[in-house]
Amino acid sequence: MVSKKDFVKFDQVDKSYDGKVLVVKDLQLDIAEGEFITMLGPSGSGKTTCLMMLAGFETPTNGEIYLDGKAISSIPPHKRGIGMVFQNYALFPHMTVYENLAFPLRVRKIPKDEADKKIDKALSMVSLQGFAARMPGQLSGGQQQRVAVARSLVFDPQLVLMDEPLGALDKNLRESMQYEIKHIHESIGVTVVYVTHDQSEALTMSNRIAVFNDGKVQQLSSPDELYEKPVNSFVAEFIGENNTFGGEVSDISGGKCKVKLGNAEILANPISVKGKGERTTVSLRPERALINPSTKMDNLHKGKIEEVIYHGDHTRLRINLLGNPEFILKVPNSSSNLDIKLGNEINIGWNSDDARALDPK
Amino acid sequence: MSSETKQILTTDGIPLEVSLKKAERKNKIKAFLLVAPLLFFLIITYVFPIGDMLFRSVDDKMVTQMLPKTFKAMENWDGQDLPDEEVFAAFHEDFIKLVEDKREGKLSTQLNYTKNGFKSIIKKLRRASKKFEEGNYKEQIMSVHKRWADVEYWRAIQRRAPEFTGQKYLKGMDMYVNEEGKIVSVEEDRRIHRVLWLRTLEIAFFVTVFCFLMAYPIAHLLATLPMKYSNLLMICVLLPFWTSLLVRTASWMILLQQQGIVNDFFVGIGLVADDNRPEMMYNKTGSYVAMTQILLPFMVLPLYSVMKTISPSLMRAGKSLGGTPFVAFWKVYFPLTIPGIGAGCLLVFILAIGYYITPALVGGASGTLISNQIAFHMKSTLDWSFASAMGLMLLSGVLVIYWLYNKIVGIDNIKLG
Repeated sequence: MVSKKDFVKFDQVDKSYDGKVLVVKDLQLDIAEGEFITMLGPSGSGKTTCLMMLAGFETPTNGEIYLDGKAISSIPPHKRGIGMVFQNYALFPHMTVYENLAFPLRVRKIPKDEADKKIDKALSMVSLQGFAARMPGQLSGGQQQRVAVARSLVFDPQLVLMDEPLGALDKNLRESMQYEIKHIHESIGVTVVYVTHDQSEALTMSNRIAVFNDGKVQQLSSPDELYEKPVNSFVAEFIGENNTFGGEVSDISGGKCKVKLGNAEILANPISVKGKGERTTVSLRPERALINPSTKMDNLHKGKIEEVIYHGDHTRLRINLLGNPEFILKVPNSSSNLDIKLGNEINIGWNSDDARALDPK
Repeated sequence: MSSETKQILTTDGIPLEVSLKKAERKNKIKAFLLVAPLLFFLIITYVFPIGDMLFRSVDDKMVTQMLPKTFKAMENWDGQDLPDEEVFAAFHEDFIKLVEDKREGKLSTQLNYTKNGFKSIIKKLRRASKKFEEGNYKEQIMSVHKRWADVEYWRAIQRRAPEFTGQKYLKGMDMYVNEEGKIVSVEEDRRIHRVLWLRTLEIAFFVTVFCFLMAYPIAHLLATLPMKYSNLLMICVLLPFWTSLLVRTASWMILLQQQGIVNDFFVGIGLVADDNRPEMMYNKTGSYVAMTQILLPFMVLPLYSVMKTISPSLMRAGKSLGGTPFVAFWKVYFPLTIPGIGAGCLLVFILAIGYYITPALVGGASGTLISNQIAFHMKSTLDWSFASAMGLMLLSGVLVIYWLYNKIVGIDNIKLG
C-alpha cells in the first residue's frame, strides 16, 4: 500500500464562532496515511475545533477539508466513517460493552457472526476479553478508556480522532495507556489525529506534532526536532523547559550572532533574526548548559546559585546568570561532586549552536 | 482464629460496638429533631385527615344512635311481613325523643339517602305524633301515611342498623345493595359515576400524552441551548407557575370562548365560518387545552433535569460511529431520558386525575372530572361520607397506578432532579 502524503488535507481553513474572532486562522495542514499526528496547544488554541471540523461536528467558516482526496465539508458526520474517541469516553451507559462495540457494526448492517468476530478482535486488541457483558459503569476509568478505543476501531475506519482521551486518568495509568495506544497504532497502521495539551504525551506518541497557538500552527515537525529546534519562542517555551535571555542583536556573521544583554554579550544561533539591531529572545535548553565544562565552549559565564532543588535522579539549580535570575540548570546526581552550594559562584558554559536566537517575546 | 472472634474493646475497655452506638446516638437524635417538625406536620395534615376520611366513608353510626331501641326490637324481625307492635312502639319512643331534641329532620335526611320518600312521611309523623294515644302504635303510625304501612320502608330503616357500611363505595361505582341483599348496578339512565371515572382516566391519560409530546422538545432545547437563552426559556416555562391558577384558567376562558380570541383568529383566516364558531370551552376540549398548559411544567422539569445530565458527546459519538441523527437519537438519547419520562408522566397523570379547578371552570358538563363530583358532594349535598368514599377510591386508584408503574418500569428508575 502506497501511503498518501495528503490523506487528510486542511486547505486554508478558517473558523469563527461569533463572526468577530477567528478561532482557527488560515490552517494549512497535510496528514499522511498511517501517520500518528498530534495537535498540541494550550486550551483555546483551536486544536479541538480543528478536530471537530474534521469529525463533522463543526463546519469550516472558510476553506475546505479533504479526506482521501474528497472534500468533506458537506458530508454529515455519520457518513464520514471516521472513528472518534471522546474526552470522557462517551460510552453509551445503558448498553453493555458488547452492545457499545456492536453499535457501529449494526448501523452498517454487518451480519452478526462477522460483527462478533470483529468485536472479539477489537476487545482482545485492548486486552479486555471477557468484559463484553459488563456495563460501562462497572468498569474502571482505564477500562472504559480502552472500550472507547476499541469502539472507535471496531468498524475498521481509515482515520481515528482522539480528543484528549487520557485527560481523566491518573498519571501512571495515563503513561501505560500512551504506550498501549501507540502500539495499537503501530500494529494496525490506522491514521490517528490526536489532540492533547500534555506535551509529554505528544512527544511520546506522535510521528509528528502540530503545535497550535492563537488559531495557527506554530510548528509542525517530529517530536525531536520540535524539542531540539523550536522555530519560535512560543514553541520553545511551550515544549519542555527553557531558559531565555532577552536582548538585542549586535552583530551577525558566519551563522552566528552576538546578542547584547545589558552589559554582557553572548553568542547565539540566528534562527529568526536577520540583521543588526533586532530585538530577540535567546532560548537555551537547561540540559545544554554545563558547569565547568571540560571541553571548550564558546559561551562561558559566571553565575550565582540562588536555589538548589533535589529531584531524585537529578538536582535542579536556579542560577542568577547575566541578569536572568530564573536560569535553570540540571545536574545529574550520579558522579558529579561539583561544588553545588547555595550562594556559590560557578562557571557555566554552552555552545552557541544550542542557543537559538528567536523572535522577541 | 480466637483473636478474630474476640470482642474488640476500645482503650477504656468498653466494647467497640457499644461505644460506636453511643457516639452515633447524638447524631441520630439530632437528625430526628431536624425532621420532627415536618413529621408532625405530615401526621397532622396528611395521615390524620386520610384516616378520618377512611373512617367517615364507612361510618354509619348516626342512624344507629338515633334509633337504638328500634334496631334492638328489629333483631327479632324476619323482614318478611310488617314488623309487629314491639318494633312500632320502640320506633315511637325513639322518635318522640328525637322530636324533643329537634333531630328528626336529620333522621329524615339520612333515611332519604337510603330510600326516597322518607322526608314527607317523617314530617307528617311528627305532626301526627303529638296527638298519639298510648298503646297500639302500629295502627296509629300506619294510619299517618300509607308508606308507613309499606314493608319496603321498614326494610330500608333496618338496612341502616349496622354502624359501618360500604354502601358509599358501591354508590361511587353506581351500584347498591338491593332488597334481597345483592350487589347490583343502578338503572342505566342513573349511572353517573362510572362515566366520570372513565372520563377522568381518559382526560388524565391524554393530558399526559399531550404534555409529553410538547415537553420533550422544550426540555431538550432547555438542556442544550447556551446558558443565556436557556435561562430565558426556563423563565417562560416557569412563568405559569408564578401566576395564580385561577388567573391562568380565566385567561383560557377569554381565549377559548366562542367570541374569544382563538375563534376570532380562526374566522379571520377563514378557517371557520363566522356563524359556525366551534365550541372550544365548556366541553372536553377546554379541559384538555387548559390542563395541558397548566401541567406542562411538571413534565418539562423532570425531563430537563435528566436531559441536563446526558453528555452531548454521547449523541456525537452515536453519529461518529455511523448512526444517522435519528438512530443516534432513538438508540442513544431516548433510552437515557426514560427515567425523566417516567417521572414526568407519573407526576402529570397523578395531578391530572385529581384536578379540580380547571375542569370546573372550563370543562362544562362534558369536561368535568370525578374531583368535581367530590366537591359537589362536599359543598352542595353535604354528603361528606360519600365524598370521602370517592376521595379514597381516587387515592387507591393512584396507588394502583403507582404500583403498576413500579412493576413495569421500576420506581428507582424515576429521576426528579
